Amino acid sequence: MRIIVIGCGKVGLALVEQLNSEGHDITVIDNDSNRLKSALSNLDVMTLVGDGTSYTTLVAAGVERADVVIAVMDSDETNLLCCVIAKKASNCKTVARVRNPIYNGEIDFFKRELDLGLIFNPEMTSAEEIARLFNFPNALRIDVFSNRKIELVHYKIPADSKLVGTKLMSLRSDYHCNLLVATVTRNDEVLIPGGDFVIAENDILGVVASRSEIHEFFRTFGVGTRKVSDVMIVGGGKIGYYLAHILIDSGIHVKIIEGRRERCEFLSSGIPDADIIFGDGTDRDLLVEEGLMNTSGFAALTNIDEENILLSLFARKYAQKTVTKINRINFDEVINQLDLDTIINPNTISTNLIIQYVRSLQYTMGSNIENFRKLSDQAEALEFVVTKKSEVVGIELASLRKKSNVLVCCITRGDKIIIPGGHDKIEVGDRVIVIHNGSEIHNLDDIVD
Amino acid sequence: MNYGVVRYILGRILQAEGCFLVFPVIVGIIYGESDIWAYLITMGICLAVGTLMSIRKPKKGGLFLKEGFFVVGLGWIFMSLFGAIPFVISGDIPNYIDAVFETSSGLSTTGASILTDVEALSRTNLFWRSFTHLLGGMGVFVFLGALLPMLGGNSMNLMKAESTGPSVDKLVPRLKDTAKILYAIYLSMGFVEAVILVVLGLPVYDSLLLTFGTIGTGGFGVLNTSISTYSPAIQWTITVFMFLSGVNYAMYFLILRRKFKSALKLSEVRLYVCVYVICVALICFDLRNYYSAFSENIRQSAFQVSTLLTSTGYMTADFDKWPEFSKSLLIFIMLVGACAGSTGGGIKMSRVLIICKSIKKQLQMLIHPRAIKKIKVDGADVDHDVVRATNAYIAVFCVFLAASTVLLSIDGHDFTTNFTATLATLNNMGPGFNLVGPTCNYSFFSPFSKIVLIIDMLAGRLELFPILLLLTPGSWKRRL
Repeated sequence: MRIIVIGCGKVGLALVEQLNSEGHDITVIDNDSNRLKSALSNLDVMTLVGDGTSYTTLVAAGVERADVVIAVMDSDETNLLCCVIAKKASNCKTVARVRNPIYNGEIDFFKRELDLGLIFNPEMTSAEEIARLFNFPNALRIDVFSNRKIELVHYKIPADSKLVGTKLMSLRSDYHCNLLVATVTRNDEVLIPGGDFVIAENDILGVVASRSEIHEFFRTFGVGTRKVSDVMIVGGGKIGYYLAHILIDSGIHVKIIEGRRERCEFLSSGIPDADIIFGDGTDRDLLVEEGLMNTSGFAALTNIDEENILLSLFARKYAQKTVTKINRINFDEVINQLDLDTIINPNTISTNLIIQYVRSLQYTMGSNIENFRKLSDQAEALEFVVTKKSEVVGIELASLRKKSNVLVCCITRGDKIIIPGGHDKIEVGDRVIVIHNGSEIHNLDDIVD
Repeated sequence: MNYGVVRYILGRILQAEGCFLVFPVIVGIIYGESDIWAYLITMGICLAVGTLMSIRKPKKGGLFLKEGFFVVGLGWIFMSLFGAIPFVISGDIPNYIDAVFETSSGLSTTGASILTDVEALSRTNLFWRSFTHLLGGMGVFVFLGALLPMLGGNSMNLMKAESTGPSVDKLVPRLKDTAKILYAIYLSMGFVEAVILVVLGLPVYDSLLLTFGTIGTGGFGVLNTSISTYSPAIQWTITVFMFLSGVNYAMYFLILRRKFKSALKLSEVRLYVCVYVICVALICFDLRNYYSAFSENIRQSAFQVSTLLTSTGYMTADFDKWPEFSKSLLIFIMLVGACAGSTGGGIKMSRVLIICKSIKKQLQMLIHPRAIKKIKVDGADVDHDVVRATNAYIAVFCVFLAASTVLLSIDGHDFTTNFTATLATLNNMGPGFNLVGPTCNYSFFSPFSKIVLIIDMLAGRLELFPILLLLTPGSWKRRL
């Protein structure tokens, strides 16, 4: 598809890289020629120096022929304006990043009245992800599907776990768990395990089921599922703001440490139930004084990745759960070696959202992509809604000639959640979660050879 | 320098050249000539060496601008060295250096020849000689870019090194599509010309070869007399297509996209048309007593200005015998060259445009020392890097011109010969003045001078820097 990306900041760049690798025709507009040059000289995209809000620039970028226009500049208002102009100039779909808390309740209004295809708020989405983790601190990562009914939970097996040495098929036969171990990450490699796979120490299991089943499963194996009681947040930026709101709503006590006076005042008036501490979040004494040793949750959300890493490594010794925000994942080989617990990258989160949107525009044959999550460089989890009869519908899964590295994890039919075995069938109206590793899956029919 | 990537791409280039050798073989089969063996052997060598070099894929990445320039420079040298083999095996050009000269002249679309009797070549050899123009005109790396995404987005660095002009822009977001569009325009223009020439009475073989020479702005002909013995209609056809080949392909793209207004506004093309019209008018006036009939006068002037402005190198008149004013004017337009983003050679109109604007800016700075002025072309600011690169290009051009003229003078020929021979090869023109005039050839130079001229031709086609990088010792270092 022909896509115009306006704004080449951190998110813009991550987005362009991902879209480019998916084979789209991309034109990037930014008013800083140096930024375009340094960022994109090694990517096969077209660049244009100019203002994305200008009609002339958009026409020069080929907006008439574009399928999607994505605005990811700093200011929300500029992004909205870009989309409105692009929409007036052609019949394209528009995507805007809007992240100011003041617009939070107005997203639907914007979408409807300004005719936008997608409005995304990476900070809000990141905060939601982080909050889920504090609600189930033993998970490394939680992805939700089917209107939050189904979860894909990543869990790292500690050395003393009862699960070490267990065969996957015995989980169902011996322990009667109605769930599926969809992926196992061993040595940074994502595998789709078979039934005779044996769990080892330090494996990261990706478990798919409803939330209650998953909690049941973890309790069976002696893993706590209680949420944390209090969270210390360093850095009161947008993610911190949203996170504090969500956590407080679910009854968790929140303390935010922020170094800018005016921001503290804003936070204090915006989140009256949180403790706002004005001070340098990298000051060890301050952290200890404010009770880092006794907190059960810790989130490092400053704008400097290095600070976040350092703070988390320190807090890891005391807190039950630490979450580290890292914006630049270029050095992921090094970062993955650190004992950092959960890492959150807002860029990846927004990229996932947009890829999901673009793919759903691209492939609308019989099934719509409802959800898209990247699990690693190669592995992806996708959720489809089956809207039409196709070659995979109504056939027992065992008799489908599925690709080797594809797994149908879960089928939701109305209120019923099916962890499919060989005799289950996909029907029209189902929601189907598929995990694959290194295949090209764009719609549900792609799962067969 | 990442030699893994360099080796891999060079291997791919040789494989491609091996495949292109199919065409002369087909011609050889049609005319029943025994030369096809020379081509089959060369094809075998190219494919074998190419496959050996590219059998192991390099690790991902590593094709940066430096490697791009490096591999393009080496690639063209390799193509010249291997493309010369059939001439030697078939015995038509027994001396290897001569054969390399002829091949690099063809690939760089220069059209300078060491052959005293072109008509004595076998039809197969003659075809391959002209076919190199077709390959070199738009560029081999561009062609490969259209076919296979060699190493992801990094291939842009190859196209940057091979395409002409001060700043290389893509027409559409994908490199592959850009390359396809360029080749589509290029080949369809050639197809139209070939059809017209056939309609005007030329045999298909001759029309094809002349077309290769025209749209690639090369200049290898079929006859010893170049174009001069053909009918006026044919001469006019070639004049028009030479002129069209010198236009920036971006204009054709805009026309295809029906953006006629922006197409007509391209300042580079406007300047090109202006220079063309003014030079034809001036030369016409200068030649008013040289030719009796006005129709012949204007035909000769228009043809010669076309051929020299676009750096093709065909000729219909011995312009070496023209009056001094016309000759000086011709040298001037040889220097200027065609538009950027065309198949033509020379300094390029867009560079001339930038330099003229820089001069104007400099003068204004003398009058108002505190003035801030941006150089603009087509309404857009010209990046400071582009202005600097343009100035550097002119400086390097002068260095090449001076050094090569001095090196050629070792042979003992006169200054005009040495200077215009350098100019004609560096601008991918072909004929110069005096001993290398339109009716003469380059066979009398010593082998050393021929090697200098070969470097000039390739450097000129690749716009100096890729070849200059090869001559820089630091760029060969493997580490840091």
